[in-house]
Amino acid sequence: MGNFLTSSSIGRKLVMSVSGAFLVLFLIFHLAMNLTLLFSEESYNLVTSFLGANWYALIGTLILALGVVVHVVYALILTLQNRRARGSQRYAVTVKEEGVSWASKNMFVLGLIICLGLAIHLWNFWWNMQFVEIIGGHENSFGHHPQDGVSMVREIFGSWVYLVIYLVWFGAIWFHLTHGVWSMFQTVGWANKTWYPRLKITSNIVATLIVLGFAAIAVVSFLRANGICGA
Amino acid sequence: MNLTLKIWRQKNAKASGAFETYTVKDVSPDSSFLEMLDILNNNLIHEGKEPIVFDHDCREGICGMCSLHINGRAHGPDSEITTCQLHMRKFKDGDTITIEPWRSAAFPVIKDLAVDRNAYDKILQAGGFISVNTGGVPDGNAIPIPKPDADESMDAAACIGCGACAATCKNGSAMLFVAARVSSLAKLPQGRVEGSLRAKAMVAKMDELGFGNCTNIGACEAECPKLISLAHIARLNREFLSAKFQD
Repeated sequence: MGNFLTSSSIGRKLVMSVSGAFLVLFLIFHLAMNLTLLFSEESYNLVTSFLGANWYALIGTLILALGVVVHVVYALILTLQNRRARGSQRYAVTVKEEGVSWASKNMFVLGLIICLGLAIHLWNFWWNMQFVEIIGGHENSFGHHPQDGVSMVREIFGSWVYLVIYLVWFGAIWFHLTHGVWSMFQTVGWANKTWYPRLKITSNIVATLIVLGFAAIAVVSFLRANGICGA
Repeated sequence: MNLTLKIWRQKNAKASGAFETYTVKDVSPDSSFLEMLDILNNNLIHEGKEPIVFDHDCREGICGMCSLHINGRAHGPDSEITTCQLHMRKFKDGDTITIEPWRSAAFPVIKDLAVDRNAYDKILQAGGFISVNTGGVPDGNAIPIPKPDADESMDAAACIGCGACAATCKNGSAMLFVAARVSSLAKLPQGRVEGSLRAKAMVAKMDELGFGNCTNIGACEAECPKLISLAHIARLNREFLSAKFQD
């Protein structure tokens, strides 16, 4: 049974679907933790201090990293195979088919943008936080304590350049999720004509709630860091 | 109607092709697209030039032979039809029409606009049938089948195997075709018997022949002349995955 996850097209897509579902669940978890920042900086720092160099957080981080790597590696394999299947000779004229979403045809490009954003995000909030703790440091490259999430957020989101980068990143994630979420159900076979409209609307709602949540935190942090609104 | 046609010409599978431009004059808006090509070919023959090769057979939208990517769309600028059912009234006098063969690695060009769609036949041969010993005609009511199941099966069986799905798909995936064939049999008691074997065998053949992986875009459904639904792909996924998990 096992090798169909690598050898068959539907098996490979199952891996994309399940790893994607895992990452969506992680995003919701991540958002729940970040939302504490809107209400209390103290509670946010409690969360960031818990996510330091302890075994729970380390194992969690490793499983999450594995999920990301599997999703990205499979995306690369599937995309390369699909390009080969399309053939070297392309159509001279193409049109957008009726009812086809832009996101569905650009999942790989959106994924690339998301990976770039992820690299920046990991540098800011992993390399300068959990990683500093793992190597036994007490101060990161910004001069903050690695568990001081509130200062890190103020540092990064105080800059409008970072705010814009993060908002663009969230935009890419929104498009990716609008196709990705309902697609997970289609790939495992939990879909039919009755459920397509429901799944697609759910997809849009999930994508919008996740992205709005993160964007709100980024914008509020920018305003707070620049003294435009109080904590 | 007077039209300018940009048509893909290619000597054989190995040659590299190119577009050539032709003009046709006084085409009736009531003629079909293929009749318009017949007129062009007739002119070419009279001029001593080689006519354009294109696939066609029944010319009533049921055989699946006609193909053609016309102005960027499989079977041209209309929905729910094959190219033989496309009429020139869908175009305007003076239009330039670009005509290309199906483009997919698994459908190599044989000549001009004709492509080799044997890959679909090979997938069918892998499992798109029911193994029964033929005998006398069975009684129509011997096996009761609920009407919704029979309808669903018939909707899938409407697939004519024209190849528009794989030709339209940016991933060159044949999933809609395979799904239609698997689905039409999966909904009937006679087809259920070999359901698991069929799903596995046909998907394995589809992968082996170099078709791409479905990413649920839905372009195939949009361009399918028989409106085969993506829901059949969901059923194929269910059939395949449950078969694999039972192994």
